[in-house]
Amino acid sequence: MANHTIAQNVYVPFLEKKGIWSWILTTDHKRIGIMYLISISFFFLVAGVFALMLRYELLTPASDFVQPHTYNVLFTLHGSIMVFFFIVPGLAASFGNFLIPLMIGAPDVAFPKLNLGSYWIYLLGTLIVLIALAKPADTGWTFYTPYSATTDTDVVLITLGVFVLGFSSILTGLNFIVTIHKMRAPGMTWHRLPLFIWASYATSILQLLATPVVGITLLLLITERTLGVGFFDPAKGGDPVLFQNFFWFYSHPAVYIMIIPAMGVISEIIPVFARKPIFGYKAIAYSSLGIAFISFLVWAHHMFTSGISDIAATIFSFLTFLVAIPTAIKVFNWTATLYKGSIHLHSAMLYALAFVFLFTIGGLTGLFLGALAADIHLHDTYFVVAHMHYVMIGGTVMGFFGALHFWYPKWFGRMFNETVAKIAWLFIFIGFNVTFFPQFFLGVQGMPRRYATYPAEFESLMSLSTYGSWILGAGIFIMTVNLIAGLINGEKAPQNPYGSLSLEWQVPSPPPLENFEEIPHVTDWSYGYGKKK
Amino acid sequence: MSTHSHTDRNHITGNKTYVIVWAALMVMTAVTVYVSYINFGILNIVIALVVASIKASIVALYFMHLKFEDSITWVFALFPLSLLALLIGMTITDTFTRTIVP
Amino acid sequence: MGDASVEHSHGHHMDPAVEYSSSKLGMWLFLGTEILLFGGLFAAYAIFRAKYPEMFFEQHVELNKKMGAVNTCILIFSSLTMAMGVSAIQRGKQKATAILILITILCGLGFGVVKYFEYSAKFHHHIYPDTSIFFSLYFLMTGLHMLHVFVGLAILSVLFVLTLKGKFNAKYSTPVEVGGLYWHLVDLIWIYLFPLLYLIG
Repeated sequence: MANHTIAQNVYVPFLEKKGIWSWILTTDHKRIGIMYLISISFFFLVAGVFALMLRYELLTPASDFVQPHTYNVLFTLHGSIMVFFFIVPGLAASFGNFLIPLMIGAPDVAFPKLNLGSYWIYLLGTLIVLIALAKPADTGWTFYTPYSATTDTDVVLITLGVFVLGFSSILTGLNFIVTIHKMRAPGMTWHRLPLFIWASYATSILQLLATPVVGITLLLLITERTLGVGFFDPAKGGDPVLFQNFFWFYSHPAVYIMIIPAMGVISEIIPVFARKPIFGYKAIAYSSLGIAFISFLVWAHHMFTSGISDIAATIFSFLTFLVAIPTAIKVFNWTATLYKGSIHLHSAMLYALAFVFLFTIGGLTGLFLGALAADIHLHDTYFVVAHMHYVMIGGTVMGFFGALHFWYPKWFGRMFNETVAKIAWLFIFIGFNVTFFPQFFLGVQGMPRRYATYPAEFESLMSLSTYGSWILGAGIFIMTVNLIAGLINGEKAPQNPYGSLSLEWQVPSPPPLENFEEIPHVTDWSYGYGKKK
Repeated sequence: MSTHSHTDRNHITGNKTYVIVWAALMVMTAVTVYVSYINFGILNIVIALVVASIKASIVALYFMHLKFEDSITWVFALFPLSLLALLIGMTITDTFTRTIVP
Repeated sequence: MGDASVEHSHGHHMDPAVEYSSSKLGMWLFLGTEILLFGGLFAAYAIFRAKYPEMFFEQHVELNKKMGAVNTCILIFSSLTMAMGVSAIQRGKQKATAILILITILCGLGFGVVKYFEYSAKFHHHIYPDTSIFFSLYFLMTGLHMLHVFVGLAILSVLFVLTLKGKFNAKYSTPVEVGGLYWHLVDLIWIYLFPLLYLIG
């Protein structure tokens, strides 16, 4: 790969231009990525504060901190904001935007203006939802009928906001698919693509093709409330479980919209800090597509206790186990990459290792839930809460933090304090496990989710979980301060601090306006660490 | 392949083809409307859907030039249809194999 | 793609061939999402049709088959003129293109007028979206379709004005082609809605 440092004299970093309009009207994928990054991080912190409040209420068995209704509102807000504002657009929109053109050797995405439009549509959606908060819904983030069709909180506005967010998601997915198909640099064949690109591609397909179904579902819910349509209303001949079928047809693939980009991040970080070529490149690449495909086939495993038929439940339970195959392929390949590597424990690597460990717990407990018989017992208990958070925080958020620490020097041209980053990681890792591991036990013992109060016998585990949330919160606080401090007074980042081989590290930090002085001609994959392949 | 074009645009369909396609669509529309007045039982649905699908296919192939597109376009044109079939198929499987009356 | 890199080094302009095929692929992807958007309604139709065959049979006769058939013919004809418009601009005939797009727009408006009479007749007979599951489906499916007709008309109007201004020619016809694809989708969906609602209800 060519070295472009000779062109220093004409190098204009993309962050050079100042002024608010240079952001609002930018079509630069790197700036749009930053706007997403700031937005999703903001919502992550806000929803995180809601989570701390929820946990604080659960410190004692009685509802002494907030009223049960307020508690319902809080978990609806926590779930909706985390899911729709943070984790679905999350990595895909922020790091996807920043990395895809850089990694494939393109000056920008295929449709830069549409890309900007997607961002503003995203912000419009969040705005609508925020307005809806004046009369916050108490349905949970799943908006299940018949309750959502009858509650007198403002469901219409919040679902409309989510619908708008979905539109943004569709357009982003569309943009990325076309970009990956049409904008690759000469020589960047499919089997030379970085694995993050494969992951983004799989994610984009899910965004593109699953989101419209939830779009129409939410529109139907709106018509249910406004026009008196009765598709989900048994009194009018409708079927409330139909809503769940439609909802999960999107929302299960959406789970993979959340996790696949994080898997892509891990596949980038591990080989760099293990100084070894990635093991099983093709297996990892195709397993991303495999997960995306299978994710369409398993939606009803969320509904085993909703009254779906035994036949459907059995089919979906069986199909659910198939997801374990491509997922396990990835975990095995990451582990094999680490094997006999010369491992450097950079903070990004620590997050990557945490991902592999925690995601494995999250994935394996998912199998318990996928098993029809076990799920009847565990459904809607804290076991589900714990499983979901092991996948979403232990998986996606660890991937997100890993990505933040890994590409931070490239994106912002500055370094953060590595020691502080490691301390923050330790807090987060310990805090996370103390918070959520006890919840597995709570769930098995039968503690249902979504209640503001609980029997006294659960108090020790419940309060342990709450203490954990404080450690976790402290860790995230330290990490945030550290990263912001790095922006202000961190030392200048070199072009390629980790000796990475992929294209984004071959341009200056931060990258110039159109990424490449000259579109590179790619001659090899980007994982040839240690020995030349 | 047209000779004057420098891009990878490969085909300009002639108006004659379009008119033939249009005439075929009109004939098929007439057929479905006519058939709907006769009672064939369940066959009415089958006929209507088969004819609609043929109509949709030739609109896609000729009016929308799918016939001349690359394989990627075909994949992305057909894959959503398989997902639609999946959505309808599995939802129906659930709805009509329930033993408890909802 | 060989010497594309030279072009990229100065400025944001994509290789026209790449831009052309990107735009078309992008529109096809979007059409896929549209199909799945309607997909929820089609799935609901399938389920309730199987659940309540009598209701569908008794109530579909309330729909005006003739008006539906007329609208089908209008849309198919508009698809023809749109396709001819695309061919015309690919041959560089700007005036013919403008006329063909205009005819397409008029057809779309005609479709809307017929639909308006249909809807008002229904309201006149006190048939509303909450009358029954069948009419919910009828109003939502045709309503969502109508929304797409309006969006299509907006796109076509822009294309018409730009064609008159001479923005498109044999070498650059991407927006006309992409807009045309969208319009054909409107036709495609109606091809299914017409028999499902008016004929076999």
